[in-house]
Amino acid sequence: MPELSGNCEQTFRWALRRALRRHPLAFCSGLVLVVLLILSVSTLPLSVEWYNVQELQAAVRHAPSIEPVIPLSQYTSASETEVTDGIVASAHGVSSWLGHDDLGRSLLYRLLPAFLVSLAVGLAAAMMAVVIGTAVGSVAALFGGRVDMVLMRIVDILYGLPYILMVILLKIALTGPLTALFGGRSKYADVVILFVAIGGVSWLTMARVIRGQVLSLRQQPFVEAARASGAGPWYILRRHLLPNLIGPIAVYATLVVPQAILQESFLSFLGVGIQQPVPSLGRLAADGVEAVNTFVGFWWLLAFPCGLLIVTLLALNFMGDGLRNAFDPKSSAATLV
Amino acid sequence: MIAHIVRRLLLGILTIACVYTLTFVMVISIPGNPFQQSERNMPPEAEQALRVRYSMDNNWLYFWEFIDGAVHLDFGPAFTYNDWTCNQIIADSLPVSVLIGLMAIVLAVLVGVPLGVISAVRRGGWVDMTVSALVLAGISVPTFVAGTFLLIVFAVYLKIAPVGGWGTLAHLPLPAITLSLPFIAYIARLTRMGMLDVLSSDFIRTALAKGVSPRNVVWNHALKVAFLPVLSFLGPATAQAMTGSFVVEKVFGVPGIGQHFVNAALNLDAGLIMSTVLVFATLLVFMNLLIDVLYMWIDPRIAEAV
Repeated sequence: MPELSGNCEQTFRWALRRALRRHPLAFCSGLVLVVLLILSVSTLPLSVEWYNVQELQAAVRHAPSIEPVIPLSQYTSASETEVTDGIVASAHGVSSWLGHDDLGRSLLYRLLPAFLVSLAVGLAAAMMAVVIGTAVGSVAALFGGRVDMVLMRIVDILYGLPYILMVILLKIALTGPLTALFGGRSKYADVVILFVAIGGVSWLTMARVIRGQVLSLRQQPFVEAARASGAGPWYILRRHLLPNLIGPIAVYATLVVPQAILQESFLSFLGVGIQQPVPSLGRLAADGVEAVNTFVGFWWLLAFPCGLLIVTLLALNFMGDGLRNAFDPKSSAATLV
Repeated sequence: MIAHIVRRLLLGILTIACVYTLTFVMVISIPGNPFQQSERNMPPEAEQALRVRYSMDNNWLYFWEFIDGAVHLDFGPAFTYNDWTCNQIIADSLPVSVLIGLMAIVLAVLVGVPLGVISAVRRGGWVDMTVSALVLAGISVPTFVAGTFLLIVFAVYLKIAPVGGWGTLAHLPLPAITLSLPFIAYIARLTRMGMLDVLSSDFIRTALAKGVSPRNVVWNHALKVAFLPVLSFLGPATAQAMTGSFVVEKVFGVPGIGQHFVNAALNLDAGLIMSTVLVFATLLVFMNLLIDVLYMWIDPRIAEAV
């Protein structure tokens, strides 16, 4: 029914707009994310070319500077670039703005795609959480009885497994088949495995939340009316429940994104996250921690990746929080004292 | 009530059994095994002999032998740590993690609950804003960044804490604080939400109307109810904190059990994987049961309902 979906969309937009008006912090966070996204997407052609280039001549752990690390004049002759065999010097100063890492790679050109990779990990996990979590949660609540019992027991059992261990085992299990699927391009297989492994464990909370929501929704008169007029469970789910679930789903999906990015950073810290040379915010931050632990002084390797990681996570969390406040009727209840 | 506890206990045992079976199936279906970890591959005869020695040539037999040992608290040998049994590894590392985990949880409750209460009472004010921002920061800052930061400030610059390691009381605070940060954030948030719910309910208005002081109402009447969601969060949180965090252990050089979760999985050390999983699952079930009982003690309505 077109007007039904139109209404939902309107309610959704209205709530969204109210959230932004009432929560300027959430709005600013959204703005920060959009700016970061535009920056990293627009520089993608450059950063893809440069993120793994080692400017070895002078730039190993080179501190941030506005000046180009290697003067242009030094690399005008073709012979010299040939001698260095693939190791090309950056002719522009931008690459050295944020310094270079221990392999002489420009930190700036690694941070920009890293933001996209991390965001992709978060979004993929959120998508998996939404699809699996909504399906399991709503089916459990709708069918009730034995189905509910079995599904929720399964969720309980999966909760009983240590998270990190599950991700590592999933990763080891999936590496073989997925690498074969990608025809040996293990760089990409690795990222996809991480998507699946993190997403595969982040749907549990979503399932519980959705189940609770559906349980309370199915008591509502309009659902009872639909059932009385002979509607089947699938019809009720599609027509009456899902539109009402969009709010909580959106809220929890936004909160899954930063969680997944955080999980990826832990996995990278343990050395099982995204593998070199592909950068992710967690990978770079973890590298920075190690660089600072061994030789205090390479502050930029810690400060910039951690800064960007924390800003990204904060912005995502602020946005999720603002959304939740907008959708949660309780939070607009009158206060006392 | 006793019947309810017994039923929960049986359900918990069933959960542990399912967790064990699931882990077992995953471990044996993953390609690779703990005997092929060294750089030089073992002769097939030797590997076969090892498999027979540890009953790993027959999955069904291994399944039962391991669970039989586990019931008698004997987790068998750790394949990738020569001369160590899983029992020795757990006995060495679990107390360390339990100590730090309990400290972190106590700290989290002591800091998180007052923060949540204050921000709920001063809703919308600058205190609330500050606490909310701090809570989000607590969730957003990865543990290894926070830990490294604490280490640089307190150990390297102020020199009031050791840089890392284990053995003296001075080694305790930094890991415990680092581990508690995300828990503080979650507890503060849960308390705030619970308090907001409770503060708008009738019995609070009645108490205020009767002339009970607002301070008394907030900290005695309301907090008792608002603490319930925190309590149910504490079950899994305590189990998680007590089984250690690999990240905190790595940053501070603490010999806890968290590292074994990761290393066992990376080495595909079947015995150690299943031992650590069983320890975690048992702790989780036990903590949840404990919380259930506490719940009934705090809220008699629940005890009546079951």
